Amino acid sequence: MQFTGSVIKYGRDVDTDAIIAARYLNSSDMDELAKHCMEDIDPTFAQRVKPGDIIVADENFGCGSSREHAPSCIKAAGISCVIAKSFARIFYRNAINVGLPIIECPEAVDAISEGDTVFFDTEAGIITDLTTDATFNARPFPPFIQEIIEAGGLVARTRKRGGVA
Amino acid sequence: MPAPMTIAEKILAAHAGLDEVVPGQLVECDVDVVHANDITAPIAIDVCRQVGNVVFDPARVALVPDHYTPNKDIKSAEQAKLMRDFAVEHEIEHYYEIGCVGIEHALLPEKGVIVPGDLTIGADSHTCTYGALGAFSTGMGSTDVGIALATGRAWFKVPESIRFVFEGTLAPGVSAKDLILHIIGMIGVDGALYQAMEFSGPAVAQISMDGRFTMCNMAIEAGAKTGIFAVDDVTRAYVESRAERPWVEYQSDEDARYARTIRVDLSQVEPTVSLPHLPSNTRAAACCNDLRIDQAVIGSCTNGRIEDMRAAAAVLRGRTVAPNVRCIIIPATQDVYRQCVHEGLVDVFLDAHCAISTPTCGPCLGGHMGVLASGERCIATTNRNFVGRMGAKDSEVVLASPAVAAASAVAGFICTPEQLD
Repeated sequence: MQFTGSVIKYGRDVDTDAIIAARYLNSSDMDELAKHCMEDIDPTFAQRVKPGDIIVADENFGCGSSREHAPSCIKAAGISCVIAKSFARIFYRNAINVGLPIIECPEAVDAISEGDTVFFDTEAGIITDLTTDATFNARPFPPFIQEIIEAGGLVARTRKRGGVA
Repeated sequence: MPAPMTIAEKILAAHAGLDEVVPGQLVECDVDVVHANDITAPIAIDVCRQVGNVVFDPARVALVPDHYTPNKDIKSAEQAKLMRDFAVEHEIEHYYEIGCVGIEHALLPEKGVIVPGDLTIGADSHTCTYGALGAFSTGMGSTDVGIALATGRAWFKVPESIRFVFEGTLAPGVSAKDLILHIIGMIGVDGALYQAMEFSGPAVAQISMDGRFTMCNMAIEAGAKTGIFAVDDVTRAYVESRAERPWVEYQSDEDARYARTIRVDLSQVEPTVSLPHLPSNTRAAACCNDLRIDQAVIGSCTNGRIEDMRAAAAVLRGRTVAPNVRCIIIPATQDVYRQCVHEGLVDVFLDAHCAISTPTCGPCLGGHMGVLASGERCIATTNRNFVGRMGAKDSEVVLASPAVAAASAVAGFICTPEQLD
């Protein structure tokens, strides 16, 4: 899969309470939750995010809670993918499972600036900053992860394969 | 002969049907228990219904309505109802209704649902708590848990282990909470990312079962996949009267491989607090007297057990909470609550002007029962002090032990029990 989008950039340790505060978790409606995405650390996020935008962040993105609402509401907000120096492990799993592409690439994070236009090819693992023409190599997704993302998440892939029962 | 392995590796190998595993290896395993709470279960149940609406084993699933219960509003009541209906439909054995329920990570070990040697997953990040029993347990999202509800299986990447070797003796008044905050301050909030934290060494025997739960509970705050203690006499004394199944004891091999070994001299650990907004932002509690508080919360899956209640009561006995400060005490389970009654702790708390709540996660995640207003500061025995965690986005949470939280409630500012005298 390939994505092109404008970059919204954050620092390190963006936690899941920052991504979606627990006070909203009396609902599982992701379109509703997307209105509050990043609210406590970036109150303007929900207004300025455009479909296809890409989040770029430093280390340990998604630390904290196991709430799957976090990657799901980032996806519902229109973000196409997240590039970070590293991810917290539960968030990493959850993002793949809900079909939000995420990739670790420290060099790209250091070089990419807020507002840059970035192109990301998940199969080749290539990230290009179209604003500066710089290219970075990340480790491409293994085939089974590629399959989950392309199906739109683990549930969709499981159903595609005939379900469990 | 299989290669030398850590406890974590042995449990994963056993559940994958393999003789040995190595860090980095991806394995698919049978899990012993799958659980979720009233926030995460609705999505997991939706997933489970989408893939066939079957439950792999109704005796090995736990559904615990603990986060927003007794329900705080209509939306949370709808989520709890959805979980209750699913539990009834599938005859889930370990569904706990209000009146029996407690905070999941205190309740499930107390009821013997999770036993040493288990591999368990839960849709809650603090699932790592059960490592205290010598189990491998880790938090996952609702999709992983929803699929596991149906299949009883999950995939894992075998983590490297960090070995913590405890030596020396904790000073009087210093608790397991201080020790784990000290460790997180030392290695950082991603200091154990993707790894297992194995707690060992000659001083481990002096850490009580409740203290071990507290420590493993906060492994996730260092980014770890789980915390884990080997089974010893302390564990056996706890599980013997509770376990609902036979258990298996694993020990790490002497020549097992570790990513690193960190020695900790327990005598050097002080009463510790984590200032906003990361658990790694630690300070000596005694040096934070300039920080006034509006509220103290003593409870949660981290510190809501009987030993925590006793530590708080020991400080609060004969004292009262400072004017205009709220002190909220939340025993983590009904059994802990009952024991507080029998031991006279409830009288101590009432005499000290504390509010006592039925078991709930409540304020820890800013749900209910003590949400903070703008600009307020709370000292809490909980596990996270992220921006907005307990309420308004410019409110603050300071993490502490029950003794330090109780002392601070009395003083109206952050202090240790010794500083009250």
